[in-house]
Amino acid sequence: MMRDQKLWTWHIAAGAVILIFLGMHMTVMHLDGVVRLAGLNPAGGHPVDWANVAARAKIAFFPVTYVILLGAALFHGLYGLRNILFELNPRRVVKTMVSIVLMVLGIGLFAYGAWAAVASFTLARAA
Amino acid sequence: MSTKPTGEVSYRIRRFNPECDAAPHWESYTIPLLPGMTVLDGLWRIKETLAPDLSWRSSCRMGVCGSCGMLVNGRPRLACNTQITELQSDTVVVAPLPNFDIVRDLVPDLAPMFAAHQGLLPFLIRDDVAERESPTAEFWQSAHELEQYLQFTYCIKCACCMAACPTFATDALYSGPMPLAQAHRYNNDTRDGGFAERTQVLGGEAGPWRCHYAGECSRVCPKGVDPAKAIQLMKRELVLDYLHLRRKYRPALVAPKPTGGKRREGIADAPARTV
Repeated sequence: MMRDQKLWTWHIAAGAVILIFLGMHMTVMHLDGVVRLAGLNPAGGHPVDWANVAARAKIAFFPVTYVILLGAALFHGLYGLRNILFELNPRRVVKTMVSIVLMVLGIGLFAYGAWAAVASFTLARAA
Repeated sequence: MSTKPTGEVSYRIRRFNPECDAAPHWESYTIPLLPGMTVLDGLWRIKETLAPDLSWRSSCRMGVCGSCGMLVNGRPRLACNTQITELQSDTVVVAPLPNFDIVRDLVPDLAPMFAAHQGLLPFLIRDDVAERESPTAEFWQSAHELEQYLQFTYCIKCACCMAACPTFATDALYSGPMPLAQAHRYNNDTRDGGFAERTQVLGGEAGPWRCHYAGECSRVCPKGVDPAKAIQLMKRELVLDYLHLRRKYRPALVAPKPTGGKRREGIADAPARTV
């Protein structure tokens, strides 16, 4: 009965997480000329240069934040999509199916993305 | 109101009689325009002279009862509260409030709105049932606490906000601005202790979650109530409640009588009851 209260709270919380972590992403990747963050771009040049990407991949902080941001973005986006679809006023059975499909899709994408983040960290540390 | 016409005004009214019409249709009427004439006055004039079978709801004629909500020139308004000259148009287009089934002509079926309203328990809920049923005195409440919900008590349930709401137009489960604003009004009344009971409904699909904050409900409200604000505040309260951060309070206690229950000297007895 109170499911929407719970889901909306997590939706808002995910939005706050996205705001913080996307802010960090923008700072690291696009504001490097303004905000100098020591150690994040050791090779100099552009933040997406391979040497810089490989250097950041060795720092555990990045895969952890990638996974958290991925989870927050997936939940926030898919819950928003679910709400849009529900506003089309579908039947109860269609709503259940939409919820299941979006949940499976979200879990699948999260698992794949989390695996990619962990794999890149593992490979970078091994190199 | 002067009886000397200042011109003519055309009414275009959407008519529907479920006993003989398959679908609503439009009919036009022209009547003399009198100074100070409201849309409701014009409807009465049409009923008295041109279309005796025209139906609508109205009662107080002073914007208090909320009966005569209708779509006037594309906007939900109270017919009694709308001067024809204020519309700045030679034609007054009148239709029943959208988002509701039509009973007949300009009469919408408001039963779903009142069912949603009733479902959100729009009354004080307290544990001390005896005091609630047979009050011995007033409940204590400060002026500041009153201010927290006062504007929402001005709602007259005219359904104009429901007719203007784009979410209510498409989402059958959404309670709509009026019931939600009234639930917020009682949740914010310090005399009330029914937040948890109302949350059983508000926390689900009937709650405020589908509101897009279009703000149309507040724009059209003839009493200046701000249901959109109530809904956003309600969302915040429900989120804080889920996170166990909502401020808890005991419902206001019975206020002690300043005179200890004794009548002050010099005050005459109340007249005897006549009913």
